[in-house]
Amino acid sequence: MIISGLMIGCVFSLIAIGLTIIWGVMNIINFAHGEFLMIGMFISFLFATYWGIDPLFSLPVVAIILFFLGLITYRVLIKKVLKGPVLAQLVVTFGLSIFLVHLAVFLWTADYKMIQNPIATGKISISGIFISIPELVASIGSLIISAVVYWFIKKTKTGMAIEAISMDKDAAALMGINTDRLYALSFAVGIMCVGVAGGLLSNFYYIFPEVGFFFGVIAFATVALGGFGSIEGAMIAGILVGLAEILGGFFLAPAYKYAVVFAIYIGVVLIKPTGLKGW
Amino acid sequence: MKIFKGQKGWAIFLLLFSLVVPFLFTSPFSRHILILIILYSILGEAWSILGGYAGLLSFGQAAFFGIGAYTSTLMLLNWGVSPWIGMVVGGFLAILVAICLAYPCAKLQGHYFAIASLAFAESLKIIFLNWKFVGGARGLDPPIVPTSFWYLEFHETKLPYYYIILGMFFCVTFIMHKLNRSRLGFYLRALRESNDAAESLGVRTRNCKVIATGISGFITAIAGTFYAQYILYIDPPSVMHLRLSIEIVLMTMFGGVGTIIGPVIGASFLITLSEVFRVALGGAGRGMDLMIYGILIMIISTLRPEGIWGFIAKKGKVWSLS
Repeated sequence: MIISGLMIGCVFSLIAIGLTIIWGVMNIINFAHGEFLMIGMFISFLFATYWGIDPLFSLPVVAIILFFLGLITYRVLIKKVLKGPVLAQLVVTFGLSIFLVHLAVFLWTADYKMIQNPIATGKISISGIFISIPELVASIGSLIISAVVYWFIKKTKTGMAIEAISMDKDAAALMGINTDRLYALSFAVGIMCVGVAGGLLSNFYYIFPEVGFFFGVIAFATVALGGFGSIEGAMIAGILVGLAEILGGFFLAPAYKYAVVFAIYIGVVLIKPTGLKGW
Repeated sequence: MKIFKGQKGWAIFLLLFSLVVPFLFTSPFSRHILILIILYSILGEAWSILGGYAGLLSFGQAAFFGIGAYTSTLMLLNWGVSPWIGMVVGGFLAILVAICLAYPCAKLQGHYFAIASLAFAESLKIIFLNWKFVGGARGLDPPIVPTSFWYLEFHETKLPYYYIILGMFFCVTFIMHKLNRSRLGFYLRALRESNDAAESLGVRTRNCKVIATGISGFITAIAGTFYAQYILYIDPPSVMHLRLSIEIVLMTMFGGVGTIIGPVIGASFLITLSEVFRVALGGAGRGMDLMIYGILIMIISTLRPEGIWGFIAKKGKVWSLS
């Protein structure tokens, strides 16, 4: 059970990392974050249904498509509101989220869907503990992507430039960093993370247009719990949220498990107002 | 906010206009839109006490709205108490809840408060969804009684609803106007600009924030009761949904934050838009109307990021904040 919490926590981590990169770098609350997750799931679903490509193999394609969707979104929408007031930035992503949800309803109807016969299925037993394989695959995939993104931000020159922007935009610009290009890049990377998470989730989770809403809300709480803009924070918080969800669902009622998550968030920020790893 | 000073002519014009406007648009549908506009304007004013004055971006207004709607409906269902009394009780319950939210969260800044209020409202929604006493996910419908003012139900025409909500709106505007000039109003604006500076000058920032949240919650809860009696059906997704909280923020900032007229403009525009599209295209089905609504929101916020009213105000320099 705890393992199941850990595994789903890894996926939450990946979603939250995507959100926290965007949030930390551009200071934009991306309300459409969950909707990009939904798009990732639907792309996997389409690949699986029409071309019979398993979600695991279509994952790189999903990542690339979402990366470019992120770039386009940045160019068309986000760039225009970056100089505007904070609230305009909220509104634009909210509009985007409404649009994407209903575009999905329009294209694929509001029905619940599942991918038929994915490769990753069933359960394995390790010393008496049953582990569901799709969840295991999703958590390992999430961990790998998280690690890659972490490496990208912390070790590469571009990544360090992104981190510099999130610390002080003006100083970074003065140092000759091309903020516009890196904004685009980090937005695209953020969207890619959540899209990959969607592809991984599509192995075992229902796919429907409103699915992103709930994951989006959880991602907000996760990011805030970890501290805005902190990748380590998002990782730790994601796993905490996964654990809290499973344990809360077990000890209370499953219906209340997300209330437990929110309660933990509120509890943590009361003690440390900037989240676990925030500055 | 010079709405009453030097702008008296405009204020009186608007007042008269709002009184006669339901006779210009007599169809039930257009009156429905008018009622929703005033309702959302009230919600927007309540939000701007927090967001515009105190700088606390609340994404949890739906919690107060739901408390107002549920309190009066439950009292009416179980004990036959008039919604007017339920309204006041709901308002005070919302104040209690606001204290529970704001007292611990007062030291949270910016986004952290936003997410805390969001998490708070979502938790409340989850609890209500699973609580048998309040009807759970099935929701509640207030008993249908013959048209009476005391039970706040009118079946023949929507006109009384309009004037009741308009009356509430005038009260709220008056409160906002008073608040603007009051000591509390100045404190709130001071702590919005800089929490630390305000505190060092002896403003008890935590108390101010709690009071502001309380006022905002009270007003929102009253609007919630009105909504319950107007629609005559409530369930957690309709009165406590995050989308409601966000729409309140949206409308306020759409019209321009920090003005009394802002929420009215934002609500007029967005409600009309969404309702007209809903009726015109909702039948075509498959979320077409909301797709276009989303696109319009995106277009407007990229082209006019300062909000419609901010744009007009910049041109005319009228009615700008203080």
